[in-house]
Amino acid sequence: MSHLFEKPRIRLSGDRAILVEYGDAIDPAVNEKVRAMTALVKESLPEGVEAVIPAYRNLSILYNPLVTSPDRILPHLLGLEARLREIEVPKPRTVEIPVLYGGECGPDIGFVAEHSGLAVDEVIALHAGTVYPIYMIGFMPGFCYLGGLDSRIHTPRRKTPRTLLPGGSVGIAEAQTGMYPVDSPGGWQIIGRTPLRLFAPERENPFLYEPGDRIRFVPVSSASYNRIYEGEGR
Amino acid sequence: MDAFRVVSTGSLTTVQDLGRYGFIDRGVPPSGALDLAALRIANLLVGNPEGAAALEITMAGPVLEVLCDAADVALTGADMDLSVNRQAAPMWRTLRVRKGDLIRIGRAGSGCRACLGVTGGIDVPLVMGSRSTCVKAKIGGVEGRAIRKGDILRRLPADPLRDPRSVLPDVIPAYSADIVLRAIPGPQEEAFAKGLDTFFGSSYDITPEADRMGYRLQGPPVHHDEGFPQSIISEPTIPGNVQLPADGQPIILLVEQTTGGYTKIATVISSDIPKIAQAVPGNRVRFQRATLEEAHRVCREQALRMQALEAHLVPLR
Repeated sequence: MSHLFEKPRIRLSGDRAILVEYGDAIDPAVNEKVRAMTALVKESLPEGVEAVIPAYRNLSILYNPLVTSPDRILPHLLGLEARLREIEVPKPRTVEIPVLYGGECGPDIGFVAEHSGLAVDEVIALHAGTVYPIYMIGFMPGFCYLGGLDSRIHTPRRKTPRTLLPGGSVGIAEAQTGMYPVDSPGGWQIIGRTPLRLFAPERENPFLYEPGDRIRFVPVSSASYNRIYEGEGR
Repeated sequence: MDAFRVVSTGSLTTVQDLGRYGFIDRGVPPSGALDLAALRIANLLVGNPEGAAALEITMAGPVLEVLCDAADVALTGADMDLSVNRQAAPMWRTLRVRKGDLIRIGRAGSGCRACLGVTGGIDVPLVMGSRSTCVKAKIGGVEGRAIRKGDILRRLPADPLRDPRSVLPDVIPAYSADIVLRAIPGPQEEAFAKGLDTFFGSSYDITPEADRMGYRLQGPPVHHDEGFPQSIISEPTIPGNVQLPADGQPIILLVEQTTGGYTKIATVISSDIPKIAQAVPGNRVRFQRATLEEAHRVCREQALRMQALEAHLVPLR
């Protein structure tokens, strides 16, 4: 069953933003539509549009009300949508994230394995064997809401959250997997850590990925972890 | 160049400008001065572009020692005791300060947040296009944090004004303990067919949980209609969105947040965000229903007022 709306649903979010909704569920087809529309809108930003923020099933368009209004933006959007079939939307990029699984970097991997009735190696193979779409980035800089975690390794959150997770920690919470870009408290089951700096504000591009990209986790040895870590200029 | 040494801090003072709107889609909160009108006027009064970085001072201000030969400063926003070298000084006008002067900013008598503008604007590194501090993400401002005793604050080079300026008295807002916020229903107003009447018909107290992330209110609970879930698939939040968690107590979201999963009954119009910036715990809030057209009209009127203000600055010499 498709969760795609036939026509987008428009919602007002105050006097400087509209929400354009393409479906009502977390669904790859709905998010693909969001991704395609985001790419098209960004290609030729209408005058007065200040930001386009894609999410699971909608995009938020922030505008300057002294310059434009929803009456001007919406026809433009519908025009773009009508041309979706003819236009080639760029394919999503896949960004590889090296991860050192288990050990000190992934203290909860044993719990995930036990909970799933699998061996630790099988958990790693399943987690690293999927290409995850980035449905949305939010909550903190660079924090991805990823889709597609294999149901065999869905695991509840920890009963007691940790007060400090090192930046780069990779974890599982229920049906979600993700990475903590910077040091923060958190209740996810931590299975590994990436040596990459996922948010480096002083870098020309502070981020390694954007919404709509895909993430693939690549298991690395502790020797390569250390080598990459050293090269990240902390 | 060096501008000030922080002799003592108030409760919370951060560097803010118009905000960092280019990276919300990567989870970076917009930040920026909460009372943008106060920021713009503070900058006008010292001859800066409207978006130059200033100090946003919350509840109680710092003591600053002037380190440069001469500069202009102007304090706008919340009504705070201001003195230079222990001599009371007025807010809402240009003040010429000189090396060694002590600027003392006291507690807010009314309002919550003041802006101190300085010639050239505060000079901290641009981080992703803005100088605004986001304490949560530890970026911008002074090392991503509030100012501390001993900090040296720099300013960008610019000459002080030839003549000091003031604004006409009617520009200076009076901060009331009873605040009316105009709000447009949505984005999820359909979940509150009944709740909208409660929401727009009641008065809410501002609780102590009120900061740049959001203001939690307390009053008659607004319930979701039967059949509507309390949470939605997470989506971006906009400053002014009013979300309703399960307990039915509204939370006005502000500038240090990017996503949320609660339904949002209404959104405060952008022109009224400065009123929230000046609200303190114990004040009361009433929401008044507005349409998009009204909100846009208010935006245009405000922009015109700001232009007129610039044209009618009062030279003081």
